[in-house]
Parts: sequence; structure tokens; C-alpha cells
Amino acid sequence: MKLKFVYLFFFGMALYLGLNSFVENNPYFIITTKDVEVKVPAGFPKPVYDFKENKVTPEGFVLGRKLFYDPILSADSSVSCAFCHQRIAAFAHIDHTLSHGINGLIGNRNVPPLQNLIWQQNFMWDGAINHLEVQPLAPLTNSQEMGESLKHTLEKLQRNKTYVDDFYAVFKDTAITSENLLKALAQFTSLMISANSKFDKYQRGEEEFTEHELSGLKLFRAHCENCHKEPLFTDNTFRNIGIKPDTALRDSGRIKLTGVVDDYMKFKVPGLRNVAMTYPYMHDGRFRTLQQVLKHYADGVFYTNYDKSIEKNVGLTNQEQSDIITFLKTLTDEQFLHDRRFADPNFR
Amino acid sequence: MSQVKLVMRFVICIAVLSTAGSFTEPVEKAKLNIRIEHFAGPQRLSLDSVEYKNALGQTFTVSRFRYYLSNVILKNTDGAEFQSPDYFLVDEAEPDSKLITIKGIPVGNYSSISFTIGVDSLHNCSGAQSGALDPVNGMFWTWSTGYIFLKLEGHADASTSPGHIFEYHIGGYAAPNNCIRRVTLNFKKKGIGIANDKTDELPLKADILEIFKPPTNIDFSKLSSVTDFHNATTIANNYEDMFTINADE
Ligand code: HEC
Ligand code: HEC
Repeated sequence: MKLKFVYLFFFGMALYLGLNSFVENNPYFIITTKDVEVKVPAGFPKPVYDFKENKVTPEGFVLGRKLFYDPILSADSSVSCAFCHQRIAAFAHIDHTLSHGINGLIGNRNVPPLQNLIWQQNFMWDGAINHLEVQPLAPLTNSQEMGESLKHTLEKLQRNKTYVDDFYAVFKDTAITSENLLKALAQFTSLMISANSKFDKYQRGEEEFTEHELSGLKLFRAHCENCHKEPLFTDNTFRNIGIKPDTALRDSGRIKLTGVVDDYMKFKVPGLRNVAMTYPYMHDGRFRTLQQVLKHYADGVFYTNYDKSIEKNVGLTNQEQSDIITFLKTLTDEQFLHDRRFADPNFR
Repeated sequence: MSQVKLVMRFVICIAVLSTAGSFTEPVEKAKLNIRIEHFAGPQRLSLDSVEYKNALGQTFTVSRFRYYLSNVILKNTDGAEFQSPDYFLVDEAEPDSKLITIKGIPVGNYSSISFTIGVDSLHNCSGAQSGALDPVNGMFWTWSTGYIFLKLEGHADASTSPGHIFEYHIGGYAAPNNCIRRVTLNFKKKGIGIANDKTDELPLKADILEIFKPPTNIDFSKLSSVTDFHNATTIANNYEDMFTINADE
């Protein structure tokens, strides 16, 4: 009887040690030079992000990934970037209309997906942020989000010996600076590239579209393309699509930044890749389904000062709406959603 | 090798070297120290303790005064310009920050200096930066990316903000809310000579009372808080002329 327990104990130990070394050397989490090569997909424009100032290295990427998944960046160490940006949702947040931060505080915007960021000129729904590297400063210093001051975050990291070593390995600096923290995060987020959906394969002649997908694509090109421009499915402009502001949130969009009357209720045209995975929709997550989004465009009940080009969507039939949705689903990129490089390294 | 040949080689060498030298005589570089002093009218500014009056006679104290000074250009008497690549964060509370050193200036005679109060648009859009431009300095906005060019904070009884505080955080690099302001100051008389054997010193004076004076007279009861683009250009237009060369130094 006793002997059995001893056996069990040793068996357990062996399993534990075995697993541990399996994880350490698990090819699933190892990042090679090849893994961090930035390849501009065929047909994509030149990236806006300048890699010359922040060359991605395997060590830098791994450090950025560690930071992205580490709640150390928030005041009460409860919220990491990944808490809001979930990998399975193309780094959006499934099912929360508005972001949730520390102390259960609710933010005022829907969490957008993180993908193809290096082609974006502006970030956030209203374009408040003008550079990928400085973007994390918003959640780091916004009390509605991570509730942390940059200085305190740097001090916390500096007290952590492993981080000091990690940062030194990447930047050859024993002091953890904001510049290096932001650059490490950018080394991770800049590689989030989605360009291998069924749509891309169809474009490359590798896969066929069904009849409905094809019809959806045609309708999309006729009705949506002027804003949701291929291949990124955004033209990087700000537009008003006739959404009535929520009376509680009072989010009036880009006008809050510019003071220009014409910017009232203008929001960034979101890229639609992986859109089937990024519900709910719009800056405030008001629509739970793609059906509701299409209904908004087709119904033609538009609030003030909207972009006249949406009028051609009015009266899209149910069948047409359904075909467009079928097409939108071809933008789901399984390879991106399951890319091992972006997996949570703590989930070993 | 014969002795003669060796000597010949030596002579040629010297000749080549000396002619080469006369073509590429290195331009001598020197430094200029700019010593900045903050005033409130005729008095030196002191934080918190002393009451001052704006043009409308409203009393106030100042608790914080800091700003970026950048893109310093020195123009020499031949019209040639030298531009410094450095960014400086000047803070009344940090004595060291009020002595800034411009390096690498070609030796010569200079007739004017110009600089930006704030940060040029390129550096508002350049991502993560260090030194004076490190966001850790608390002069960086995330509600709309960009540097806060100038912060002036204090108390005024006339202010209607909670605690009678006033705060002007001025920034914005794009139209129509562009608050980048350039200052040009001519050196009177003969200009200043910048030589390499000594570091020259330029005494600058910034008068905070100018921030409340026309183009727009600031009334604390009407405008006690500017923390986004609303009224930002009004304040920037006011402080544009706060610098002078401190003549009595
Ligand atoms: C509390 C939830 C939350 C946390 C934590 C969070 N984010 Fe976000 N993130 C959001 C929301 C909400 C937005 C959109 C905000 C807006 O438009 O105002 C956003 C926007 C972004 C964007 C811009 C995307 C785009 O297309 O414009 C990037 C990039 C980003 N986050 C990266 C990060 C990184 C890196 C971290 C960790 C340092 C992080 N986020 C932490 C909720 C969060
Ligand atoms: C005038 C430009 C314009 C046109 C035309 C347009 N859109 Fe949009 N679309 C936008 C903007 C702007 C938003 C974001 C609005 C917001 O957040 O309030 C948006 C949001 C969306 C979203 C939500 C995405 C998300 O991540 O939340 C979907 C889906 C969408 N559009 C699909 C379409 C389809 C399908 C069509 C054609 C029938 C279309 N759009 C036509 C500008 C446009």
C-alpha cells in the first residue's frame, strides 16, 4: 500500500520534470529568426510602420509577448493586454460590448481586433493615437483601463530580475526605459498580420468561392468597398455612418479630438478581416451580429450628417445581406487565429 | 630602399598632407549656454509663495511652469544657419533645466537666435522616444497623441474651478489647433561671437505675465482650465512673445 504511494509520487515527479523540460524546449513556444521575418503579403501596400527604428528580433518578440500577457503592466496586477485582447477573437474581445478594466471598471469603447497594425496610420476608434509604439501608453495611463502610471510600471519591471535580464538581452541596457518597453511591445504587435483567409486563397487562385460567396463579394465591391477597401478592408479614413450616439456614453467620435464640426460622429473605418470573430460590432459594440450591422446599412435610418455614400446600401434585400455576410465569413483567417507565435507563453 | 628614396618619399608625404590640410581645414565647433530666467513682470518668478496680478488685476500664484524648447537655430552675420538637434524640457522647479547648452556650433559671429516653444510635428508622430521627449516626463497626451508643449498651473481666487486652481496644458501640432510657436530674437549691437576657447552665455528671460496679456486678456473667472484643444491656440498666441533677451545681465 505504502509502496504504491511512493511509486505514484515518483511517477508524478518524473511526469512533472518531463513536462517542464518539454515546455522549456517546446518548439511550440520557440521563436526563431525565421519566425520574426516581416513579409509583406502579395498585394498589400508598403507598411506605415518603420521597422528600421525597431528591428524585430526573436528575443525582442518574445519579450513583447511576455509583456502582452503579463498583468504586471496594470496597477493591481490583474489586467494584461491579453485580458482585453483575446487571441481567439483576432485580439478583440468576444461578447463584451465595452472594455472591462481594473476594479471592474467599464471603459467607453468596444475592444477592436489587433491585426495588420503596421498598415495603420491612426489607432483607436477615433484615431486618437498616431503611432503603434505609443499606443500602449493609453491603456497604461488611463484610469478607466489599466490605471497605472508609466513611471510606476517601469519601477515594477525594474525590480523584477528576469525582466531586467530580458530587456538587457534585447536592448543592451540595464535600465528599463519607456522607449524600450514600448518598442518591445511593438515588436510583438507589429507581427500580427492576417493575410491568409479563404478570401486571400481565392484571390491567389488556390481555393474556389461558392455561389453565395461570389455573389457576396460582388455586392461588397459595389456597396462597401469605397470605405472598406481591399486588401486591408479599410481606407484608413474616418466616416459617419449615421449611427445615433448613445445617450449614456455621449461618444461623439473624432470631433472630440479636432473640434471640427464636420468630424461629429466620425469613426475610423475598421478593417473587416476576421470580422466574424470580432463581435460585437461598432465603436460601442451596439450590434451583436453581422445581421444587425447589415440591417443598419439596409434600413436607411441614418442619424445626422452621415456620409452620403452609405445611401446606396439602402434596400439591400435579405438575400443580398445574407450573401454579403457569407462573403464576410471568408475573411476569417484560421492560420492567424491559431498562430502558435502569438499563444500565451504562460499556458504551457 | 636607398636613403635618398626614403627622404623623397617623406618629402612627398609632407607635401601631400599639408595641401590636403589646407583644403579640409576642420570647422571649429563651440558651445553656447542659454541661461533662462522666469519672471512675473519685474520680479523673479517664485513658485507657490508669491502672489502676482494678471492684466485684469486678479491675483494668482504659480505652482508649476514647464515647457519644451526645441529646434534652436542660430543665424550668423553671413546669413548661414546652424540648427541644434536637441530637445529641452525647461522646468521652473528644476534649476538645472534652466541652463541649456547648445553644442556643435561653428565658430563665428551670430546675429539672431530662434527656437520653438513646443515640439515640431515630426517628433509628435515619431513613436517611442527618450531623453526630454520620454513620455515618463509627464508631458505627453494619449487622448490625442502628442506632447504637451507648455504647462502653467496655479491658484487664482477668481477661478471657478474646484479649489480655485487654474491649469493651462497647451499642445497640438495639427491645424486647426496647431500650437507650435516660433520665437526669433535678434542680438542687439554687434551680435555675439561664438568662439571655441570660452563658452558664451545668452541670458534669456521668460515673463509669465505675458501669458495672460493680449492678444487675449485672460480672465480667471472665464478661463481657468485649458487641457485639450479648446482655447489652446489662444494661450499659445499669448505666450508666443514671452521671451526676451535679458539685457541687464
Ligand atoms: C481594459 C481593456 C484593455 C486593455 C487592458 C488593453 N486594451 Fe488595447 N484597446 C482597448 C480598447 C477599448 C481599445 C479601443 C479604444 C478606443 O478606440 O478608444 C483598444 C485599442 C488598442 C489598439 C488600437 C487598435 C486599432 O486598430 O486602433 C492597440 C494596438 C491596442 N489596444 C494594444 C494594446 C496593448 C499593447 C495593450 C497592453 C499594454 C492593451 N491594448 C491593453 C482595450 C484594452
Ligand atoms: C461611408 C463608409 C462606409 C461604407 C460605405 C460602409 N462602411 Fe462599414 N463601417 C464604416 C465605419 C466608419 C464603421 C465604424 C462605425 C462605428 O464604429 O461607429 C463601419 C463598421 C462596419 C462593421 C463593424 C466592424 C467592427 O469591427 O465593429 C461592419 C461589419 C461593416 N462596417 C460592414 C460594412 C458592409 C458590409 C458595408 C457594405 C454594405 C459597409 N460596411 C459599408 C464605414 C463604411
